[in-house]
Amino acid sequence: MIGGIPLGDALLASGALFLVGLAGALLRRSAISIFLSIEVMMNAANLALIGYGSALGTREGQIVVFFVIAIAAAEASVGLAIFVALFRHKETIDVNKINLLKW
Amino acid sequence: MNPALPLWLVPALPLAGFLACGLLGKKLGKSFVTAAGVGSVGLATAVAYARLLPFFSGDHAPVVERIGPWITAGGFSADLAMRLDPLSALMTSFVTFVGFLIHVYSVGYMRHDETEAGYARYFAYLNLFMFSMLTLVLAQNFVLMFVGWEGVGLCSYLLIGHYYERQYAADAGKKAFVVNRIGDFGFLLGMFGLFSLFDSLDFDRVFGSAAADPAKYAPFLTVVCLCLFLGAVGKSAQVPLYVWLPDAMAGPTPVSALIHAATMVTAGVYMVARCNVLFRLAPEAMGVVAVIGAITAIFAGIIAVAQNDIKKVLAYSTVSQLGYMFLACGVGAYVAGMFHVLTHAFFKACLFLGSGSVIHAMGGEQDMRRMGGLKSKLPVTYWTFLIATLAIAGIPPLAGFFSKDAILAGVFEHERYVLWGIALFTAGLTAFYMFRLVSLTFEGSFRGTGEQEHHLHESPPSMTAPLVVLAVLSFTGGWIGLPRVFGEGADRFTAFLSPILLPLASAEEKAEHALSNGTEWLLMAVSVAAAVAGLLLARSWYVRRSGRPAEAIAASFPAAYALVAEKFRVDELYDALVVRPFDWLARMLWKVVDVLIIDGILNAGAFLVELAGDLLRFLQTGNVRNYALTLFLGLVGLLLLVIGFGT
Repeated sequence: MIGGIPLGDALLASGALFLVGLAGALLRRSAISIFLSIEVMMNAANLALIGYGSALGTREGQIVVFFVIAIAAAEASVGLAIFVALFRHKETIDVNKINLLKW
Repeated sequence: MNPALPLWLVPALPLAGFLACGLLGKKLGKSFVTAAGVGSVGLATAVAYARLLPFFSGDHAPVVERIGPWITAGGFSADLAMRLDPLSALMTSFVTFVGFLIHVYSVGYMRHDETEAGYARYFAYLNLFMFSMLTLVLAQNFVLMFVGWEGVGLCSYLLIGHYYERQYAADAGKKAFVVNRIGDFGFLLGMFGLFSLFDSLDFDRVFGSAAADPAKYAPFLTVVCLCLFLGAVGKSAQVPLYVWLPDAMAGPTPVSALIHAATMVTAGVYMVARCNVLFRLAPEAMGVVAVIGAITAIFAGIIAVAQNDIKKVLAYSTVSQLGYMFLACGVGAYVAGMFHVLTHAFFKACLFLGSGSVIHAMGGEQDMRRMGGLKSKLPVTYWTFLIATLAIAGIPPLAGFFSKDAILAGVFEHERYVLWGIALFTAGLTAFYMFRLVSLTFEGSFRGTGEQEHHLHESPPSMTAPLVVLAVLSFTGGWIGLPRVFGEGADRFTAFLSPILLPLASAEEKAEHALSNGTEWLLMAVSVAAAVAGLLLARSWYVRRSGRPAEAIAASFPAAYALVAEKFRVDELYDALVVRPFDWLARMLWKVVDVLIIDGILNAGAFLVELAGDLLRFLQTGNVRNYALTLFLGLVGLLLLVIGFGT
């Protein structure tokens, strides 16, 4: 229960958010869009954590969320650095064109 | 006894010489190799005689010197132990002495023809051979004896193949090794049999138990003795395993003298004599020994008549004389057999070294048809060779006469008249082919090239000195075993060896078989007559009529002559019966079993894995989103699974 919102609703919102993120990650071609979609999926997970945390009356859910946010920030910097490096080499960040590692 | 000079020093010194020559010889040069190789054997001879002389004059009680435990496994144990008794003392006395002489001779024979490395290798192996042979004769149990037994076989292989850059020498070495292995296999089986019967391989315990309870062991001993004899057949070149010895002449001549005439090939006789207690309990095995010996004696003697290579004649003569020794052992005349081992070592070593001197002078030529008239050019070689030839022919009073007569008398005494007839005929044959050899080589006029004639020279003193010593021994060596007709006690040799070789023969048995003086004189006269007949025939054919009668006979029986000259085509027979089937089998195993089946299974497995990889790799598209989708589908699948199991 987050401020009166029932757990079921929170999980529904989380699931919807996750599916949105997933759709973005699978369908978009720009690496940055995919990256943003992954962030959305991660936040869907955060939402579920907070929902369960408050439903169980413990703080652990919220604590884990803070960790996730911190790590997501670090990951964002690394990911963006990779994209910059990739762009310098290939002059594109279209993932369909970055497919050297195949049979 | 001299406790300061333990018996193990006798084999250990040549071993040290082997290590010195083998490890340092190439670096330190020929002088060092000569000093280390000859010196170590000289020292070993000195040590051996320091022990042997008191033993000969003392009470001949066997001495066993245990160095320490060696193998202990379950109920089995074998010690490193050396044994000095009349039999091993006899063997050691001539192995060390003749070995030393041949080392000295080798210096002259090998020094100029060899590179530093070849010279060092030669002496290293020669020393290793001395070590193995002395281990063999001094061992106190079958296991240690087997070490020496295998060691001499190995050295024989290494030295036959000394000129390994020649194909036939390498092949001869290989042949010797393989044929010897067949015999060794029999020896091993015999040892296993002995261990299962007696729970020990110690000589004293095995022979003691067998003698204590003959009835218990006799039924099994026939098989065991036949196995042991198979080992002797291989090592001592008897029919049917004699084929390696004539080929062994591909090695340097001193090696032929030391290993393939005087010492190693008599190891089989020594072993049979050593096991005489067992063989006496297995009369069937003794019968086989006697018959094989007689067949070998006459068979090799016949082949020797038609050979033209000087060393081949001597090789077949060795095979024939070894047959004599086994014949003696087989009828129970072990003392006579060992006597012939001793005298044969002297005169055959002398003959081989003499032939080496001839070959040396002829610049490597071995074909007697291109020799002749060497008498005046090589006087020392000629006279020593002649003495040794008279000795092997059995002309009194040279050494060979007494030992051969002892064998003939022994065979006659045991009423094996057919074998006696064969042996007598072989004696005449021996005299014939040996005098054929002497006549072709030394008499008449020179038949080689002018260049060879110009090159002819007497050998250096390091080669002639051993010849002279051996010739003296060939002359006098038989006098230690004069037959009984020269008075009771004249046969010191029999008295010396009896405790070891005749422990089971009772006094009555000896008396029963003993021949009267008249018969003995008659036998002697017959054997001398046979020898003289052979001698005179050879001289009249080859000296006075320069070989024409022999050519006439060969021309009138071309098929028979070709058969004999080609050694009864036994090699060809073995080639067809054994070598080629084995070759075929090996090829089958290689091409079909190994390549097709074993490799095939392996390759099929590898091919399937490769095929699977080839097909599955198309899943690897390189597109990140495909992987993400797969991940998602996997997640969905897992969720469904969890839900499915949950309900």
